[in-house]
Order: sequence, then C-alpha cells, then structure tokens
Amino acid sequence: MIGSGILKGMAVTARNFIGSYFEADRLITVQYPEERSPLPENYRNFPFLIYDTDDAEAGLRCVACKICEKECPPQCIYITKSNDKKPDYLGKPQFYPAVFDIDISVCMSCQICVEVCPFEAIKMDKVFELSRRERFDALLFRKRELAKSNTYYHRIHPVEAAEVDAKLAEAAAKKRPAEPAPSAVATPSPRTSA
Amino acid sequence: MTTASHELAQSPPRMTSRLDGELLEVSMGPQHPSTHGVFRMNVALDGEIVVKLKPVFGYLHRNHEKIGESTSYLGSMPYTDRLDYFCSMTNNWAYALSVEKLADIEVPERAEYLRVILAELTRLQNHASLLGFLLSDMGAWGTPLMYAFREREKILDLFESLSGSRMMCDYMRFGGCRVDAGPDWMERAKKVVDAFPRFLDEFEKLIVSNEILIVRTQEVGKMSAELAINAGITGPMLRACGVNYDLRKVDGYGVYPRFKFRVPLGDHGDCYDRLMMRALEMRESIGILKQAFEQLPAGPIMNPKVKLRAFRPPVGEAYGRIEGPKGELGFYLISDGSPNPYRYRVRPPSFINLTVLEDLCLGHTVADVMVILGSIDIVMGEVDR
Repeated sequence: MIGSGILKGMAVTARNFIGSYFEADRLITVQYPEERSPLPENYRNFPFLIYDTDDAEAGLRCVACKICEKECPPQCIYITKSNDKKPDYLGKPQFYPAVFDIDISVCMSCQICVEVCPFEAIKMDKVFELSRRERFDALLFRKRELAKSNTYYHRIHPVEAAEVDAKLAEAAAKKRPAEPAPSAVATPSPRTSA
Repeated sequence: MTTASHELAQSPPRMTSRLDGELLEVSMGPQHPSTHGVFRMNVALDGEIVVKLKPVFGYLHRNHEKIGESTSYLGSMPYTDRLDYFCSMTNNWAYALSVEKLADIEVPERAEYLRVILAELTRLQNHASLLGFLLSDMGAWGTPLMYAFREREKILDLFESLSGSRMMCDYMRFGGCRVDAGPDWMERAKKVVDAFPRFLDEFEKLIVSNEILIVRTQEVGKMSAELAINAGITGPMLRACGVNYDLRKVDGYGVYPRFKFRVPLGDHGDCYDRLMMRALEMRESIGILKQAFEQLPAGPIMNPKVKLRAFRPPVGEAYGRIEGPKGELGFYLISDGSPNPYRYRVRPPSFINLTVLEDLCLGHTVADVMVILGSIDIVMGEVDR
C-alpha cells in the first residue's frame, strides 16, 4: 500500500521522540556551557612543559635537547638553548631552554613531541577553551604559559603521571643511590588553573 | 547510462518544449549546502536534465603528498588522519601497513586485533553517517542525520577515550598501536556494539520501504559492472554493481582471514543498492567485531624492535592497501634510505570513485545529482589532499 513505508518511518520517529523522555540512551544531548561531559583520561589537545619543584623556572624538566622541535610534524615548536648550565631538579647541571615557544595556532595535537621526549618533560594538556581576541601573540605560548607543575599533570592524567613518576624515581635511584628519589608528588603547587 | 542520455550529451540537444533552446549552465558549489565539502560541479542543463557535468575540485588541496615527502615516516602518521577525516583509524592502518611492508616489520597479534576492532568501528560510524547525509541530501533534513550522529557519537567517544581525540586519532604506529585498550574500554565497546543493531533495525524501518526514498534512489545513477571495473571503482560502490571484490577477502591483510563474514553484493548498481550496501555492511561489521572481542589475545601491542624516531627503512618500495569504508585505500612509498620517503603517494578511494560522477548523472535531473553524489560517499579532505 502506498504510504505504509512513510507511516512506518513516522512510527520510528515517534518512538524516538517519546523514548527520549524515558531512555538515557536516546537523549544524549549535553547542554554544553552549563553541562559538561567529563573528559577521558587520555584526552589530549595541546602540549605543556612540566616542572617539578615549586619554581617554574628552575624545576623545568626540559633540557633543551630540541628533539621535539625536530620531530614536530607541523614545526610549531621553537627552542633556544641556554648558554650556561644550571642545576635541574635533581641537582645535576643541565642546559635549559632560554626560549621555548609553541604556536598553538599551528599545533595539530598529534602527541609526537610527547612520544619522542626522552626526559618526560612535555605532556599533553586538557585545556580546550582557548579562544583569544588576538590571533598572533595570544596564540603563541611562551615558556611561562607552558610551564605547569607535576601536581597539575597528576590531576589531569592520574594513571599516566603515576607511571611516569615511578619510572623517573627508578632511573634516579639507579643513577645516584645515595640520594632519595624526587618527591615531586608531595610538592603542592600554587597553580590551580585548569 | 541509457543510450538516450548519451545521445543527448553528444548531439546538440533536441528542443521539444523549450522557450529559447539554450542550455543553462549552473555552477553547483563549492558552497552548495548539500555538496559534501568544498566541491563544485559545472552542470549544463537542458530544462532540468543534466547534459554535461564537469567536476571542479582542489579547493581543499593541502599538498599532502609533498608534505609526506618532507616529513619523517612517523611525522606523516598524524597527517594521514586529515585525509578522510571520518575514518582516521583506517587511514592510519593503511599507512602503517605500507611502512610495515617497506621495512618488513611484524605486528604483534593483539595489535592486529585492536586494529581490526577499530577499523570496523570506523566502518560502522562512517556508513551510519553516510546514510544520514544521503537522506539529508534528499530533503529529510535533520532527523535521520541526527539519529545517525547519535550512534556515531558513541563510537567517537570510544575513540576519544582510547586515543585522546575524537576524529584525529593518530592511534596506529608502524609495528603496532600507541596505547593499549584496557578491560573497561573493551566492556564499553562491547556495549556499544551490542546496542548498534537496534539502531540499524530502526534506521532500516525508517528508510527501506519509504516510498519517497525508493522513488528517489531506485534506477537513479545506475552503473554497469564494466564501467565500475574500467574506472577503478572500489568499495561499496563496486560491490553494489555485483562485483565480488573486498580486499578483506582478496588480500586477507591483518587477521581478517580468521573471521567469518559475508560480503554483501548488489544487483542493479543504482543509488538504492549503494545505500543498502552500507546498511548490510554494517551488519557484517558487527559480526566481525563480536568475533574479534571474543578472540582478542593478551600480549604486547608494539613491536619492541621498531624505532619510531629517526626511522630509516631500507631502500625499496611498497604499496600497502586496505579495504577502507569508502573503498581501496592505498599508500605507495618509495624509500631511498633517508628518514623521509622519496615518494609518498595516496590512492584515495573517494577521489577515484568520484571520476564516474558524470557518467552516473547524465540524463538525470539536477535534483538527482545530489543523491548520486551523496551515494558515492566522498570526503573532500581525501579527494583534494
């Protein structure tokens, strides 16, 4: 009978409409700015630099080896190596990045910098509300904006951060058995911006 | 196409009920609401009948292949996500497969199973959203597309919790996969797959016997098997013409030979068959997924011998291809031993499937052009590269 196919379709639409009041499976809209679905642990968007102690300058894990700069597919990282060395969080003299910029208008969130970093110094952030009124300097993140504490890292990626800390503690214990492992987790950070 | 329309295309059109007897040239796109991406068609119309159609593309050209030749082998992986942005997982797989062929890398078994699971989930969400798009092309604006996107969103949530990103997954690596899927992810994936047939049943009720849809799609955009084979058409488009060619069966790449599944075949090669091909393939994909969940072994997911950074494959060439949701997706790589490929070539299924657009459209009305274009299933990220 002509029209029976359309009626069948209408029945499906009606079932979906009425079902949306009773079944959670059918009503999945999240009213975004007011409601937010939780981000999964693995969520990534832009990289940030980890520092260990309270001091965002001295505690940076980055030693300006420039591997991430070289491997970055869209070439959005810019690093200048320091001329002098200063002690890193373990007390070992290391180079440090005098300049570390990431142009997040170029970054494509591929996580390759994280994968290639041998010092666990760069990780992926979860901040996504990054719209700016100005499109050049405001989207170029300098070292100061990129540096975030290990505590922050623990808050956004708890499982992954615990693994990284265990790995670093093991490496530190192997290298210098006299000193205790860095207790980075214990240091509270004043930074709370998420 | 019928001979009548070809005559119409070659000889000066016979004017029967025209006022001035001139052909009307319409530029459809690049921002026509129903064109799939930035794609333009210069259509010559006799009344409402298409007598000539010239596709114009390149609006989204990003120099993908040249970029691939100047970045490292690892660096090309996230760029492949951006080819067909609906199916980043299968793009990753095709590229990983060709690098693995080039450097003779073995992939651990668990990684192979994870790849199958993710590729079939990709097929589910691609076909589901294609059906939604096709219906909205026909004027069923909103509702079917929203139903399809509701299901797609569940799969994208799975991708996000595994790989960190909904669409730009960047998940696979040559020699395995990047992150392992835990038991709770598997449970969630199983739930999504178990709930999927309900959506399919509903969706088929919505469309299969709908008279308007039948009138709009049956006998529209018919393609013969000869034309399909000669033009190099692959994927559901080819199978809708009744040609039994599925790389999962033909090549048996990955662990596909271990799964039992059937390859749905069409009969007429018209838009309706192409549409149903997607619906039937989704059912087979659910079967594959259920088998893969059962057989999934434990073990490593990455070949420990592979050095991702500063990866230098031996001199040689390789072509890796997989059955993507849109057709045969292949990557051709020539290595000269340096960290960058000497030549990097993509065989994009939707670009090659698009080449027959004029043959399918001649003799149909301009409204049918949208349906035919929709049934080809193109993504401009892949067509223009």
